[in-house]
Amino acid sequence: MSAQATILQVENIATRFRTQDGVVHAVNGISFELKEGELLGVVGESGSGKSVTMMSLLKLLPMPPAEIVSGKANFEGQDLIPLNTNQLRKIRGGKIGFIFQDPMTSLNPVLTIGYQLGEPMREHLGMSRREARKRSAELLELVGIPMAENRLNDFPHQFSGGMRQRVMIAIALACDPKVLIADEPTTALDVTIQAQILDIVKRLRKELGMAIIWITHDLGVVAGLADRVAVMYGGFIVEEAPVDELYANPKHPYTQGLLKTLPNLKGERSKRLESIIGQPPDLLGKPESCPFAPRCTQTLERCLKENPSLINRGNNHKVACWWNHES
Amino acid sequence: MTSEAPKVLLKVEGLTKHFPITKGVFRRQVGAVKAVDGISFEILQGETLGLVGESGCGKSTTGRVILQLYPATAGKVTFKGRDLMSLSKEELRKQRPQMQMIFQDPQDSLNPRMTVGSIISEPLVEHGEFKGKARRDRVEQLLESVGMNREYTNRYPHEFSGGQRQRIGIARALALSPEFIICDEPIAALDVSIQAQVVNLLEELQEELGLTYLFISHDLSMIRHIADRVAVMYLGRIVELASSESLYSTPLHPYTQALLSAVPIHDPKLEKKRKRVILTGDVPSPANPPSGCHFSIRCPRAEQRCFKDSPEWREITPGHQVACHLV
Repeated sequence: MSAQATILQVENIATRFRTQDGVVHAVNGISFELKEGELLGVVGESGSGKSVTMMSLLKLLPMPPAEIVSGKANFEGQDLIPLNTNQLRKIRGGKIGFIFQDPMTSLNPVLTIGYQLGEPMREHLGMSRREARKRSAELLELVGIPMAENRLNDFPHQFSGGMRQRVMIAIALACDPKVLIADEPTTALDVTIQAQILDIVKRLRKELGMAIIWITHDLGVVAGLADRVAVMYGGFIVEEAPVDELYANPKHPYTQGLLKTLPNLKGERSKRLESIIGQPPDLLGKPESCPFAPRCTQTLERCLKENPSLINRGNNHKVACWWNHES
Repeated sequence: MTSEAPKVLLKVEGLTKHFPITKGVFRRQVGAVKAVDGISFEILQGETLGLVGESGCGKSTTGRVILQLYPATAGKVTFKGRDLMSLSKEELRKQRPQMQMIFQDPQDSLNPRMTVGSIISEPLVEHGEFKGKARRDRVEQLLESVGMNREYTNRYPHEFSGGQRQRIGIARALALSPEFIICDEPIAALDVSIQAQVVNLLEELQEELGLTYLFISHDLSMIRHIADRVAVMYLGRIVELASSESLYSTPLHPYTQALLSAVPIHDPKLEKKRKRVILTGDVPSPANPPSGCHFSIRCPRAEQRCFKDSPEWREITPGHQVACHLV
């Protein structure tokens, strides 16, 4: 994988929200890269900044209150951050596809599936109505919707939740994106339907070879899917490693804690679950210490004063933790 | 859990709940949503019975019908030898302190205009237990028992995080010293790092106070951890019921097998080796369930008789019951 070219290089992205209560530091200088054909899993709890980071790349945030304070995002030799809406529109849904969490609200209820599927192809690829319709039927078949052609005239409410998420995937794939950003695409679905969707994504990756950023809070989903995983906490990436390495050898106390709190489906049943004490961080106020320090079991004095940077500790395993850095 | 011969605390026989579907100005009944379709089980004193299933399978309705929050269409619920359905309104009200409920969404189940103190003391006021200072002491003691500061009584729900709000909900359920608590997806709305805290709290309280739980959840790994016995529901019916060990090591019903294989495991090595049973299609509507076995149309092993006859409820090994023709 290391031989592959980098398709997206993100450097030092920071996003803030101005609210009545003060400035929320949602994303605090995040850097990562995505290689061609790679699947990067981004794991974090609510409020960790995982969605805001990705939405900042394409300015899919309401601005104001959101404000991108710094950062670069190099995509195919072009920095996405300074682009204006018109320029971004050419990229959104074209070279970079997006799948959102809730298939109920991300489809327009008064337009047919066929229209919504065809729209990006007419916009970005200049296809005629007929061409777009033909390709739409192919796409629906690709994501496993039976009798695809007959369903193009149906409206979103005629599809079940799992089917709607398939339609969303089909829309995101319409223009052969180089990068697909999937924001918790299976969270709203039942496990058996989630298994269907994950199966489709694994197959499509092989067939189409695009790079995927998969945002989720479920460490289980990422384990079976990703090549590399980044763990986020309080607006920072606290750990990043190839998938096998991360699960076998977690270095950050937060990742270690998270993996321990999860109950097992197989093997020994533990008497008590290990738990992480305390509450998720408050993002008001400038983060000047390690965000996890108040909940950490390994806190050093330095953790409360300085924010650790993400450093490679070998095997492409990066971690942001003073306890790791100083041992 | 109990050492002597376990006593049956709650017995459910042929419980059925159909919600009518009406049409037209005269609200003529044109059909029924068969949310719960004839289920029977027992809960022993001091144990935790897990009730799992996907959304729409009727697990929450089951909980609510047991507590008589909805009137049942048919069947019988016996709590400590008393038939709950034959009780008058006043008798039922006197029974309520012994059976309480913890709800899924701590955001919606706490009145935003009431202080934490008044939320927790409301059941005490309603049932005329504890007066004056004794009541205040009881509230503070309850707050402490769920791991919160006793000085929080004058604060409002919005001042707390999701996990803390769920603790307040638990304190309210405990106020009248119940014997039996229905936990309806109590951790589904919480972050992973907070889920373990709440589950541990529920387990500690169970040991301390000798509580009996009906734990409703869609999270199979968590159910395995917390439940002594597990019932699996599909489309209004229980398809399999067994001890937690037996169900997870040798699932008999094809639906349970598919469900278990669909749960992602947080270990990339296991994930890569696993064989998945991927079900086709979606869960049919409970307004119009398939004839015969409800699972027949999605079952990978269905035979002709599965489409015609409802399978009988049989005990295969001691304590392991299943409703399937093929077992």
